Amino acid sequence: MAQLTLPRNSRIDKAAGKVHKAEAGAKNIRKFKIYRYDPDAGANPHVDTFEVDLDKCGPMVLDALIKIKSETDATVTFRRSCREGICGSCAMNIDGGNHLACLTHIKDIKGDVNIYPLPHMPVVKDLVPDLTHFYAQYASIEPWLKTTTPAPTRERLQTPEDRAKLDGLYECILCACCSTACPSYWWNGDRYLGPAILMAAYRWLVDSRDEATGERLDMLEDPFKLYRCHTILNCSRTCPKGLNPARAIAETKKMLVERRN
Amino acid sequence: MSAKDPAANRPLSPFMLGQYYRFQLSSALSFLHRITGVGLAIGSLGLAAWVLCAAMGPEQYAAYTGFAASPFGQFLLICWSWALFYHACNGVRHLVWDGGKAFERSQVDLGGWIVVLSSLALTAVLWLVVCFA
Repeated sequence: MAQLTLPRNSRIDKAAGKVHKAEAGAKNIRKFKIYRYDPDAGANPHVDTFEVDLDKCGPMVLDALIKIKSETDATVTFRRSCREGICGSCAMNIDGGNHLACLTHIKDIKGDVNIYPLPHMPVVKDLVPDLTHFYAQYASIEPWLKTTTPAPTRERLQTPEDRAKLDGLYECILCACCSTACPSYWWNGDRYLGPAILMAAYRWLVDSRDEATGERLDMLEDPFKLYRCHTILNCSRTCPKGLNPARAIAETKKMLVERRN
Repeated sequence: MSAKDPAANRPLSPFMLGQYYRFQLSSALSFLHRITGVGLAIGSLGLAAWVLCAAMGPEQYAAYTGFAASPFGQFLLICWSWALFYHACNGVRHLVWDGGKAFERSQVDLGGWIVVLSSLALTAVLWLVVCFA
């Protein structure tokens, strides 16, 4: 059943938020409202407001977060690494959608910048969600080349056409923006694999070198693992890499229908 | 490790549609598909009641048609006819998706608007026929 409200321990304490003013003389101020949760405090989460002088800040939301952490409040916790959209660490809910903070321009956001952790995930601290289950689901699809034929004496070759089938799939960085944007994943994430993992599964299904297609399809033919996708399309709309998990899922469903004939 | 496992007490991050996750045309229409489906299931009871009243006799049938002709009854019928057209049109959209087609973002938005407008147009045509034909 669809869950519509947050559990008691997760509700945002509106009274607890602090406001950190920008330094005097700042002209180009933008408010960043950031979700805070401190596991050591034992209190409910709250939202702190940080005023940032954009004249002294880089252009991306990640720049603002780093500025806040280094200049205002060192306890603000978030993941980041590459700052160029290839590591997937800084995935978070920005302005009501899931994005990589490093690829999101502050100027593209109207009004205050609301920043929350990826939706419907257990929060470790502030903007850091616990992705253990997501990674376990990824492992469950066995994301590696599986073969039964004897190993060749050289590389396993692939035609340019077969290689092209992997385009738009292999670029996934597992940032979890799509899966945590999916209402089906929110409500059935314990058993539904979600768009990111299903697209990864499809990446191995269409790989001409993989010899476990039947076995992989058997694993996916399940009311929950695959068929909780109802084509809501939040996944394809939010993917920071411009990929299309919804299409990969549709193609997987097609493969399952086609093999019945 | 502390006595209390911090992992057990982790809060759930906010997710609610509209408030924390923006509604978009695609997700709004998807929810509308589900809602109209529920509405139609309830509406089918009204259809069953119509048949039942017809079987029970002229008085009961007159009572039913009297309610159906009242402003509230008419409102319900308009809602149900639109829900039927919307659910049917969006069903066709789902069929196209099941064929692996029209997944580009521009196509998704275009398809959504086609379904919305055609369901409204079909409802209008139906009621024009009902009222004037």
